[in-house]
Amino acid sequence: MTAPIEVSGSETAQPDAVLEGVGRKAIQGRSLGQIAWLRLRRDKVAMTGGVVIILLVLVAIFAPVLVKLFGHPPNEYHQDLIDPTLGAPMKPLGGMSGDFLLGLEPTTGRDLFSRIIYGSRVSLLVGFLATLVAAFIGTTLGVIAGYFGGWIDTLIARVMDIFLAFPLLLFAIAIVGVLPDSMLGLSGNGLRIAMLVVIIGFFSWPYIGRIVRGQTLSLREREFVDAARAMGARAPYIIVREILPNLVAPILVYATLMIPTNILFEAGLSFLGVGIRPPTPSWGDMLSSAVKTYQIAPHYVVIPGIAIFVTVMAFNVFGDGLRDALDPRTR
Amino acid sequence: MSTKTTAAETKTVAEGETLLSVEGLGKHFPVTAGLLRRQVGAVKAVDGVSFSVRKGETLGLVGESGCGKTTTGRMIMRLLEPSFGKIVFEGHDITHMSQRQLRPLRRDLQMIFQDPYSSLNPRQTVGAIIGAAFRLQKIETEHGVKRAVQELLELVGLNPEHYNRYPHEFSGGQRQRIGIARTLALRPKLIVADEPVSALDVSVQAQVVNLLEDLQDELDLTYIVIAHDLSVVRHISDRVAVMYLGKIVELADRDDLYERPMHPYTNALLSAVPIPDPSKREGRERIRLTGDVPSPLDPPPACRFHTRCWKAQDICKQTEPPLVELSPGHLTACHFPENTTVSATDEVAKAAVGGSGAVTPVEGDPKLDADDD
Repeated sequence: MTAPIEVSGSETAQPDAVLEGVGRKAIQGRSLGQIAWLRLRRDKVAMTGGVVIILLVLVAIFAPVLVKLFGHPPNEYHQDLIDPTLGAPMKPLGGMSGDFLLGLEPTTGRDLFSRIIYGSRVSLLVGFLATLVAAFIGTTLGVIAGYFGGWIDTLIARVMDIFLAFPLLLFAIAIVGVLPDSMLGLSGNGLRIAMLVVIIGFFSWPYIGRIVRGQTLSLREREFVDAARAMGARAPYIIVREILPNLVAPILVYATLMIPTNILFEAGLSFLGVGIRPPTPSWGDMLSSAVKTYQIAPHYVVIPGIAIFVTVMAFNVFGDGLRDALDPRTR
Repeated sequence: MSTKTTAAETKTVAEGETLLSVEGLGKHFPVTAGLLRRQVGAVKAVDGVSFSVRKGETLGLVGESGCGKTTTGRMIMRLLEPSFGKIVFEGHDITHMSQRQLRPLRRDLQMIFQDPYSSLNPRQTVGAIIGAAFRLQKIETEHGVKRAVQELLELVGLNPEHYNRYPHEFSGGQRQRIGIARTLALRPKLIVADEPVSALDVSVQAQVVNLLEDLQDELDLTYIVIAHDLSVVRHISDRVAVMYLGKIVELADRDDLYERPMHPYTNALLSAVPIPDPSKREGRERIRLTGDVPSPLDPPPACRFHTRCWKAQDICKQTEPPLVELSPGHLTACHFPENTTVSATDEVAKAAVGGSGAVTPVEGDPKLDADDD
């Protein structure tokens, strides 16, 4: 066999030199994912966002431990620390002290630190799960529309348009308003969280669906899809093995950017009183009740506001960094 | 040989058995308009081409962009559904065979793709890309897929240690070699190479062309090489078919075609090839074609080349010249061919009178051919 020497390929020569130091181990290539990770690690803003997200998730998971160590039970009243005439905490700064790290809730005297920490659970749970539902429906239908085309594509595209035109907020208020106390073995706030996840997820999938459909349309025309077909691959193989791996990056980016939107939406619904029901703490509900007392206890508005702001900001900068790292061309 | 061949093919097949034969093959892409998607026309990308490929030979398919070369190749691979005509591969009529029936035949029929940057999945390692062939065709490899892939990498002149690398870590020429290795994994008999080197640097083109030739000798391959580069085709082909606007206008042995081109279009194409040696340039007349290639939506009637042909006369606008054998093994579709004394018209007339059998009208009316099935 005549093995022509690759003139243009510096790649062939270079690894051999490296190999002598490492020993004859199989050369491990760097996948696009690994390269993206290296790029992401250099992006300080995105990494900060990522660290904040990890901290938030840890806080939500270990909420009971944290509250036990640094706070009081979230529904424990401390009315002895509240000025009975004004309803505001007696101590300055909303009663912030070593005992009550973020102060007290006006009127009731509940520990704000505990309530913020427990509130993160609802926000993150709804944010993540709703995005998961949206990403799953959006990816499935988007790939099917893009790959098969024709009337299937037309149908799915129309359905997406209808969903995007739906007045989601009004719909959510109406649905949650008429929700029974228990359904499908769920009750109380469990049922409400499930309902929020389903509603938000079900109405935001077209955002991901459209992106996935567009990407699939262009991927379908790539020659590696033809190569797979020429080797006798069926449609499910091509979709799962050839197309989906190329969609991971855009799905990941848009899902990350969708989480803060969903968190805000949940907070908005709770603010309007159709989200999580008290006494379970939720950031939106806290803001809503804080509005009534903002003149005497301004800290009660500021603290849940900062919690929402930091969370949304962290997801947004991380999502942006992720997009830059995964697809440097769009920068 | 159980291959069903027509009279025309048995004549052209002088040596070696016919591996693939194509008869009156065509592809019309419908053009639809309006809300109801009514068909208002068709892009006649390929409009009835016929040729056969013998075992072990290389058939070059040349023509300018948009003449239907790639469409023909993709129809042979059944990546596109033919509109009419017939494809016979090793005695099997694969024209409208279902993908399920076709699957086992795909081992013998493979394709090399044009763009090495688009033909390799960027998310898979080289090992996974080449190994996919074994998985898809459920082929048991003696020492495992990894070993088989490494042998293939070595065969195409790549470092077998690069098994775990990703396509973006390779140069264009190396990527094309990976594509070739994938094609070879199934040990095919016929390879359709769609512009295998046109995306590569000139310095790398020669290496890949030579690799293809070496592999042909070593593995007993048959090629259909689609290209627009006449020098590449001259280097690699045994026979060459020249296409213009969805039809074959000339089909001949390589040397015959390059030394004595008969069709005016072939003459024009060859005269456009630059000659590096200035002393040899003397006495050569460069034929400049005027105008653009007509739209395949509405191709000119009769001879499709008559709008740009300097020899065109009234008959060219009225009667389509059939693709006939004007000298042994040299088929041309022209009323006024160069480098010969006979023409398609004479041959047809002679056949009509005497029926001597010297005429081989390979190119029939596509619609008639379709009805025959």
